[in-house]
Amino acid sequence: MRQQVSLLPDRRRLHLQDGPIDLVIEAFAGSAGVKTAYDAAITRFQTVLDELCAELSLLRMPAGPDTPMPKGTTARRMAMAVAPYAEETFITPMAAVAGAVAEEILEAMTSAAKLSKAYVNDGGDIALYLAPCEQFVVGMIDRPDRPSLFGTAILGSADPVRGIATSGWRGRSFSLGIADAVTVLARNAAMADAAATVIANAVDLPGHPKVHRVSARSIAPDSDLGDRLVTRFVEQLSAEDIMCALNQGAAVSGQLRSEGLIHSAALLLQGETRIVARNDLITSVAANREPSRSLAHA
Amino acid sequence: MPDDDAIRCDACPVLCYIKPGRTGACDRYGNRDGQLVRLDPHVLLDRAVARGESVVPFLEREREWDGTVVRGGDSFVTAIGAGTTYPDYKPAPFIISSEVEGVDMVTVVTEGIFSYCGVKLKIDTDRHLGPETNLVRAQGEPVGHVTTSEYGSQMLSLGGVRHLTGGARHEGTVTCATLLDLCNGKAVELSIDEGATITVQAGKAPIVDGVQEERMRVGCGSATIGMFAKQWFNKVDEVVVVDDHITGVLSEHQAGKLLGIPETGVKLKGRRSTPGRYFQVAEPGTAWGGTNIRDPLSILKDFNPKIAWRGLRLLMVSTTGEHYAYFELDEALRPVEKSLPASLSESVARIKENCEPALSTVLFMGGAGGSLRAGVTENPVRLTYSVRDALTRVTCGGAPVYVWPGGGITFMVDVTRMPDNAFGYVPTPALVAPIEFTLKMADYAALGGYVGEVRSLSSILSDEKRRHVIARDDNPWPFSSVKRQEDL
Repeated sequence: MRQQVSLLPDRRRLHLQDGPIDLVIEAFAGSAGVKTAYDAAITRFQTVLDELCAELSLLRMPAGPDTPMPKGTTARRMAMAVAPYAEETFITPMAAVAGAVAEEILEAMTSAAKLSKAYVNDGGDIALYLAPCEQFVVGMIDRPDRPSLFGTAILGSADPVRGIATSGWRGRSFSLGIADAVTVLARNAAMADAAATVIANAVDLPGHPKVHRVSARSIAPDSDLGDRLVTRFVEQLSAEDIMCALNQGAAVSGQLRSEGLIHSAALLLQGETRIVARNDLITSVAANREPSRSLAHA
Repeated sequence: MPDDDAIRCDACPVLCYIKPGRTGACDRYGNRDGQLVRLDPHVLLDRAVARGESVVPFLEREREWDGTVVRGGDSFVTAIGAGTTYPDYKPAPFIISSEVEGVDMVTVVTEGIFSYCGVKLKIDTDRHLGPETNLVRAQGEPVGHVTTSEYGSQMLSLGGVRHLTGGARHEGTVTCATLLDLCNGKAVELSIDEGATITVQAGKAPIVDGVQEERMRVGCGSATIGMFAKQWFNKVDEVVVVDDHITGVLSEHQAGKLLGIPETGVKLKGRRSTPGRYFQVAEPGTAWGGTNIRDPLSILKDFNPKIAWRGLRLLMVSTTGEHYAYFELDEALRPVEKSLPASLSESVARIKENCEPALSTVLFMGGAGGSLRAGVTENPVRLTYSVRDALTRVTCGGAPVYVWPGGGITFMVDVTRMPDNAFGYVPTPALVAPIEFTLKMADYAALGGYVGEVRSLSSILSDEKRRHVIARDDNPWPFSSVKRQEDL
């Protein structure tokens, strides 16, 4: 079996890995319910990567009105999540792959067992399930290599948020922008993933000499970004430049929020944070004040 | 689209093109100087015994590490994921010191690239898998051959440099993939020319032509008679042990004669070999004793009326004890089935108890070449001498190895004693196997080791991404039996 399946050392969380997909999963229910849910996750996981790879060339093509709809259920989640952006900007369904996989696995679990809550964390892009009156406290970190919380969000079952995603040039995927991290809360994980990519791309200072970029293809020959310039390093920027770049991202975030594509967003660039939120869902906190139960993610 | 210097990774269906010095989408495989190498987190063994934890390997990441500080002698750095410095004119990737009971120990770890390597397969079965020396194939490509049959098991020899690099490109690729899967504990289907198709997996029962082996018989039918004759003496008049190879008959067998068991007039079908031993009593199959018979009486002819008697007690049993029946002769000297007397059930149970589960065993065998040894010391032959003198312990992913006598460092290791997925490959094709050399710091200096490259264990534990795996408590702890100078 190519896939790796194991329980993490706390014996509560399930770890699934296949090629680039790396999931940390936790379900909350009676022990039988958790077992049923984990079994369903493992079963669904067996073919997810193969299904995606069967349509990979389509999924790496820019989304547009003429692009055919993919066949796989995960691939469809990706295509639907990026469709709202297709007319205005360059985006491929790959921008939503992590969130879509998280959702796909979460749905397999919630269809199989009655859970009080659950999450599927696909490398920082998280799909959530909350039964009535349940809540999650989510912690946000800016630098996965130096974890410290820059904010927390309390998500309750009444909030219309079931997906969290983060994008930035320090992450595993390429970014066209310079944000260290853009975290988005949205109705589902694939929508959050696509929006975080779009907003992180918008936090930018085009042509700025302190931003170092190279063509995506020069690093990864088969990148869906082709010859577009991706950010490799950002030197220390002036306060004015930081403000300017964050303003660009905040403007796009506000637009997406008014269109109902996101619930809220937190943008981080060189220590400065900008929150675009409907209410006080996201609260800035001191780095050392950790909530009791948190989903640290990056 | 692909650049000339990018290589294609086929570890998963994403099939990334990876440029030199870069990794694929998974961050687990990378292109190092044109070779695809695995960059899995480096594996550390943590000693479980002292902490009473269960012996299950798990994935541990830095941010999930519970912060426990492992004492020096309780953590062993394996070569899994350590990488290699092939062609090894440079020091091995990690040379680590630990203090164990007040003595500085050095472990040199490297992932060796083995194009001279293979797998020895032991398949517990009495079924005929194929003629000796015939080719063993995977996906139609020759990957090895049938070698000798040892007691109750068929040995296959797979891999070796001839199949890996001496044949066609596809033959090498398939051989490498077959060895990799077997070593990483995956199931592999093999077919033998003019023989069976088998599915083998380290530590699991072999499947021969679609039939899963259950148990190894205790011996052939004749041997079973020899082993149990004394336990049957005076409790039964005749015993027939049904076996596809040699069916045994107690009263005719040498063991029965020695005990003075009288003739019974029993007559068997098949070809008599020597007294009490019969070949070919039936066709091979999956019923009684590896034959096709379901009614044991079908292998008997009528009893000789001049010798047999009314009330004669007959036990028929298979070589695994899974099938048995007890009969007594009526006035017409016909066997009539009765329930097995308690005095005999113990011997039947004992036959069964002596039939161990049939398994497939995978031993990886490789030779640490001069250049690999050069990663340990500037004078490679001294490492060989040091291993010979038991000053240096060789382990493979922390598992014990058998080092062959004679020249070089040629070793064998049971892959089930190694952590999961300990093996990798390069497209040469060759297998990448972990190998660790552990010795005293003073001995390391004496054999010309790279003392300047030695890093402390604590620097490894704290500053780099590592995967912690609980050591198996049935493996000797790698630090435990390296000799000290004063012991010599």
